[in-house]
Amino acid sequence: MTTTTLAVLVPLLPFLGAVAALLLGRTAPGFVRPLVVLPTVTATVLACLVAAEHGRNGALRAATELAPTGNDALPIQLALHVDGFAALVSVLVGVVACCVQLYSTGYLRDDPRYTSYAALVSLFTAAMFLVVYSDDLIVLLVGWEVMGICSYFLVGHYWETRAARDASLKAFLVTKLGDVPFLIGILALATEMGSFRISTVVTRIGSSLSGWELEHPTLIALLLLAGVAGKSALFPLHTWLPDAMAGPTPVSALIHAATMVAAGVYFVARLLPVFTASAAALSVLAATAAVTMVGSALAALAQDDVKRVLAYSTIGQLAYMAGALAVADRGAAVFHLVSHGAFKALLFLGAGVLIHAAGTNSLAAMARMRGLARRAPDACWTMGVALLALAAVPPFAGFFSKEAVLVAAEHAAHGDTPGVPTGAGWTVLVAGLLTAVLTAAYAARLWLLAFRGDGPQKAPDHGREPLVMNAVLWALAVPSLAFGLLNGVLPDWFDGHSLTPTLTTSVLGTGCAAAGFIVMYAAWRHTTALAARVPMGAVAAHPGGDPALSEAEAIATHEAAYGDIAAARDPADPGRLLLGPLHRHAAHGFHLDAVYAVLFVRPVRAAARLVRFLDREVVEAYVRGAGLAPRLLGGAVRRAQTGNAQTYLGALLAGSLVLAVAVVLAAAGTGGA
Amino acid sequence: MLPLNDTAMALLLAAVVVLPLLGAAAALLPAPPGLRGSGPEQAVLRHGVTVTGVVLVAALLLALGFDHDHPATVQAETDVSWVPALDIRIHLGIDGISLPLLVLTALLTFLCALHSYFRMPEGPSAKGFVALLLVLEAGTLATFAVLDLMLFFLAFETVLIPMYFLIARWGGARRGPAAWKFILYTLLGSVVMLLGLLLVGLEAGTFDMVTLTTDNAPGADGPALGHTAQLLAVLSIGLGLAVKTPMWPLHSWLPDAHTAAPTVGSVLLAGVLLKMGTYGFVRILLPVAPDGMRTFAPYLAALAVAGIVYGSLVCLALARRGAGGDLKRLIAYSSVGHMGFVLLGIATLTRTGVNGALFANVAHGLITGLLFFLVGALKDRTGTTDLDRLAGRTGAALYGRVPRFGGLLAFAAVASLGLPGLAGFWGELLALLGAFHPADGLSRPAYLVFTAVGAFGTLLTAAYLLVVVRRVCMGDPDERPAAIPVGEGEENASPGANASPARAEPPSRTADASPVPVALPDVRGHEFAAWTPLVVLTVLAGLWPAALLGLTDPAVQDLLPGVTR
Repeated sequence: MTTTTLAVLVPLLPFLGAVAALLLGRTAPGFVRPLVVLPTVTATVLACLVAAEHGRNGALRAATELAPTGNDALPIQLALHVDGFAALVSVLVGVVACCVQLYSTGYLRDDPRYTSYAALVSLFTAAMFLVVYSDDLIVLLVGWEVMGICSYFLVGHYWETRAARDASLKAFLVTKLGDVPFLIGILALATEMGSFRISTVVTRIGSSLSGWELEHPTLIALLLLAGVAGKSALFPLHTWLPDAMAGPTPVSALIHAATMVAAGVYFVARLLPVFTASAAALSVLAATAAVTMVGSALAALAQDDVKRVLAYSTIGQLAYMAGALAVADRGAAVFHLVSHGAFKALLFLGAGVLIHAAGTNSLAAMARMRGLARRAPDACWTMGVALLALAAVPPFAGFFSKEAVLVAAEHAAHGDTPGVPTGAGWTVLVAGLLTAVLTAAYAARLWLLAFRGDGPQKAPDHGREPLVMNAVLWALAVPSLAFGLLNGVLPDWFDGHSLTPTLTTSVLGTGCAAAGFIVMYAAWRHTTALAARVPMGAVAAHPGGDPALSEAEAIATHEAAYGDIAAARDPADPGRLLLGPLHRHAAHGFHLDAVYAVLFVRPVRAAARLVRFLDREVVEAYVRGAGLAPRLLGGAVRRAQTGNAQTYLGALLAGSLVLAVAVVLAAAGTGGA
Repeated sequence: MLPLNDTAMALLLAAVVVLPLLGAAAALLPAPPGLRGSGPEQAVLRHGVTVTGVVLVAALLLALGFDHDHPATVQAETDVSWVPALDIRIHLGIDGISLPLLVLTALLTFLCALHSYFRMPEGPSAKGFVALLLVLEAGTLATFAVLDLMLFFLAFETVLIPMYFLIARWGGARRGPAAWKFILYTLLGSVVMLLGLLLVGLEAGTFDMVTLTTDNAPGADGPALGHTAQLLAVLSIGLGLAVKTPMWPLHSWLPDAHTAAPTVGSVLLAGVLLKMGTYGFVRILLPVAPDGMRTFAPYLAALAVAGIVYGSLVCLALARRGAGGDLKRLIAYSSVGHMGFVLLGIATLTRTGVNGALFANVAHGLITGLLFFLVGALKDRTGTTDLDRLAGRTGAALYGRVPRFGGLLAFAAVASLGLPGLAGFWGELLALLGAFHPADGLSRPAYLVFTAVGAFGTLLTAAYLLVVVRRVCMGDPDERPAAIPVGEGEENASPGANASPARAEPPSRTADASPVPVALPDVRGHEFAAWTPLVVLTVLAGLWPAALLGLTDPAVQDLLPGVTR
C-alpha cells in the first residue's frame, strides 16, 4: 500500500468503526468493544507509519476533487497534506484516543449507553484525524464541526443531570458563536487567495512573486481567531470548557484536553503566515493569550471540583500555545501541544480513578479523607508525575515545551523575530512567568488536597480499579516523563527553530514554579488545622457501580452537597487563603457568564419575543385585514340582495335611465363636435 | 450509466407524469377481483403504494439513464403541440436542475404512501385520500418536468386543490381555517404569477422555456424581453413564487397549514411543494429575465436574510418553556429560515449561490421531511406535539424511553442545523460563499451584511434546535410519571402563552388532556422503512456532495451566461 492509502485509512477506519458500532450496537452488543477499539488502534499504528514515512521522505501531498462549487477557482478538494506538524499531532491523537477507548471499557463497563458513547468517541477521533490531515479549508471545517457535535453529545452523556444538559448546550453554542466568524473568515481568505487549499494559500502569501496579496489581513486573521478562540477555549470564548466537565472523565481527557481544544492551536499553526501578515492580529492574539493564562490560573486555584481545576489548567496551557503562536513560533506551540496532550490526558484519566475511589469530585471532601493515596496508588503516582510536568519542573515533558514557548517569547521581546511586535513578546513572556507561579501553586494544591488528606473519616473502599484503567495511566506517564528529551530532534520535523531551553528562561521558569510550590505548601500547612472544624464528607450512593455511575452521581450532587457547582464553603482551602477576596470571583470564572447573559442571551430572547409578537399581531393582522376587506365588501353588496322585487325593478329602472341619459349626452357631445 | 435511447427516456418521463393521474382515477374505481385485499381501505392504500412505487422506479430509471456527462442539456424530451392557437406545447424534459427534484418528489411521495398504508390519518375514506395524494404527486412531478410556461402554471395550480383537501379533510385541530388560508394565499399569488407568465409569453412570442433561455444566451440577437417587461415579469412571477417558497413576509400561511396538516401532508408540503417556488425562480426568472433579477436581487436577498433570522427567532420563542410552542409549528417556521438560505443563494446571481440554492432545496426536502415524519410519530405515541406538555419540567427523556427514536430525532435536528458532513451544510455554505462575492453589478457591501446576518442565523438555528433536543430527548426519566401532572405546566405557563385567544388551544384539547403514556413503543418496522432512505440520503449527500453538485453545476453555468463564479 502506498503511503497515501495509509494516510487515507487513518481517518476512515475510526469512522467506519463508529458507523458499524452504531448499526450493530443493539443487535450485537458484544461486538461493540472490538468495533471501536480495533479501528482506533489500527489507525494509530498507521498514523505512526505515516509519520515514520514522513521522517524518511518529507511531506506527503495528495488531492482529489470532492465537489465543484460553481466557482472554477474554488473547488472543494479532498486534499491531504502531512507535514511534520500533522504527522506528530496525528500520532498524539491516535495514542490518546487509544488510551481513552481502552480506559472507557473499564470506566463505563456497566453503562447501558456504552455503545453510543464509544461510537461517538470513535467518530470524534476520525474527525480530529481529518482536521489534522486535511489540506482543504472546507473539509477541515467538516471535521472541525463534527468534533463540535460529538463533544456536544458526549458532554450530554449524563443527560439525566441538569448540569450535563446545560453544559452540552453551552459547549456547542459558545463554540458555534466563534464558528460563525470563522466561516466568514474562511470564505474571505479563500476568495482573496483564490483557493481553499491550505498549502496553496500559504505558498501564495509567502511568495511576493505570486501576485497574490491579502487585502484585509487583519480582518481575516481576527475572524479566524474568533473560531480558534471558541475551539481552543481562549478568552472570551472559554466559558464552555469548565462546564463541559459535566461529561464523563474519559471524554474530558480526549476532547477537552488532548485533541479538540488543540485543533484551534493546530489550525493557527498550519495557517501561521496568514496571521503573521498582520502585526495587529498577533498583538490581539498575544493579549488574549496573556489574559487567558493569568485568569484561568487564578480560577483554577479557586475550584473545588477536581475536574474543573484541570479544565482551567487546560485553558491556561492552551493559552501558552496561543502565546507561542503570537510570537510566530509554531514549533514551540505544537511541541507544547503534544506534551500537554500527553500529561493532561493522564491527569484527567487519573482524576477519573480518583473520583471513583473517593466517591466524590470535591477536593474539600477529599482533603478530609485519610489514606486516599493508599486506595489509589497508581493514580497518586502518575498524577504526581503529570502535575510536575504541568508545573514545568525539569526534566518532565512540560518543562521543555514550556521553556520553548518562553524562549520564543523572549526572542520576540528582544525584537529578534521579524514581523512580531516586541510588545507581543513581552506580554507573553511576563504573563507566562506569572502563570508559571500560579500553575505550580494550583498543581500543588490539587495534589496536597487529594492525596495528603487527613481526617477522622477513612477513605472508603470502593474495590480495586479495573486493571485496564491503571495500565493506561502508566502508559501515559512515560511520555509525560520523557517526551521533552526529544527537543533536539523535533526541530527537523518543524520549521527548524531550536526548541532547546536557554539558561535564563530555565532559571526564571523553574524559580517561578518553585515559588509557587513553596507558597502553596505553606498555605496548606497553615489551613489544614481548620479542616477538622468544618466537616465535609462524601457518600457514594452506589459504591459497587462502575466508575461512570459514581461520577454521574458526584456531578449531580455537588451543587446540593457543597453549595455551588464550582466552589465549596471550605475555610480549610489554601486557595481561599491565598486568593483572599478574589476567591469568590475566581470560583465563578470572573462572572463572564453574566456578561454573556447580558450581551447575547437576553437580547436574543427579547428579540425572539418581539418577533413572535410581530408575527402574531402585525404580519397576521395584514393577512386578516386582507381577508376582512372582501368580507366587508361582500357584506355591503349583500345589503342590496333584499329579495324585494320592487327594489330590484326600481334599481333596474334607475340604471336604465342613467345609461340612457349618458348615451344621449355622449351622442350629443360627439354630434356637437 | 444505463444505456437507454431517447424514445425510452421520453416515454419514461411521460409515464412518470401520467401514471399518478391514471392511478388517481383508478383509485376511485372499485378494486378488481384479486386485488381486494382484506378490505376496501387496505386495497386502495395498497394501490397507492404500488402506483407511487412504480413511479419511483421509473424516476430512478430516468436518473440511471440520464446522461451524467451532459447534465446541462435537456434530456428525455417530448415536444407535442397542444393548443396551437396560443402556441402552447406539451414540452417535457429534464436536466441536471430538475432531475434531483423529480427523484426527491417520487421518493417522498412513495414514503408517504408507505407510511399511510400502515398508519392512515384519521378522516373520511381512504379512497379519496389516495386519489388526492396521487393527483398531488402528478402535479408536483409535472411542475418539475414541463418546459412550457403555461403547462408550468397548470401543474403549479394542480397541486393546490389536493393539498387543500388533504388539510381540510384529514387534518388535525383548526384545519378548516388553515386550509382556507393556504388556498387563498397561494391562489392570490398564482393569479399574479399568471399575469407575469402571460406577459412573458406575449412579449417574447413563445411560452417555451428552452427557447426563452437560448434567446438570452450570448450570441443571440439581444434579449427576448425589454427591460420594463423584465421588471414587470420578475415582480409578478416572483411574487407568486415567493408566496409558495415562502419568502418573509409572505410566509404566514405556512405555519398554520403545517400545524393542521396530517403527517403525510406536512412532509409533502415541506419536502416538495415549497421547492416549486424556488425551482421557478431558477428555472424561469433567472434565464428569462436576467436584467429584472439583477434589479430586484438585493431586495430578494434582504428579504431572504430577514426570513432566516425571523424564522429562527420565532422558533426560539416557540421553543422556550411556557411558550406553549407546538413542534410542528416550530418546524414550519424553521422552514422559513431554511428557505431563506435558498433564496439568498438565488439572489446572489452567482453559479455558486444558485448551486447552493439547489442543493439546499433537496437537503431541506430530505431533512424536514424526516423531521415531520418524526414529529408525526411522536404525536401518535404521546398524543400531543405541544412542547410544554411533552417536556414537563426537566424534559421528555426520549433518549431513555425510546432510544432509537430519540437518537433519530437528535440526528434530524443536527442535520437541520446544518452540521458539516450532513446534507444541510453544503447548501448553506455555497449560498454564503456566493453572497460573500456576489455577481458583478450587485452592491458588495450590502451582500457582505447579508452574509454576516445569514451566518448569524445559523447560530440561532443551532440554538433553537438544540433547545428542542434538550427538552424532548433529554431529561430525567424517573421524574416524569409521579412528579409532573401533565397539563399543569400549562396552567403555570407565563401569561404570554394565553395572550391571544384567537390562537388558543385546539378544540380537541379535552380529548388529549389525558396523561402522556409512560411506556412508549420505539421505532416500528414500517417507520423504520419510511425513514431509513431519508437518513441514508442525508448522510450520503453530506459526505458526497458531488452527487448533486455534479448534476446542477453544468446546468447552472448554462443558466447564468457570462458569470464566472
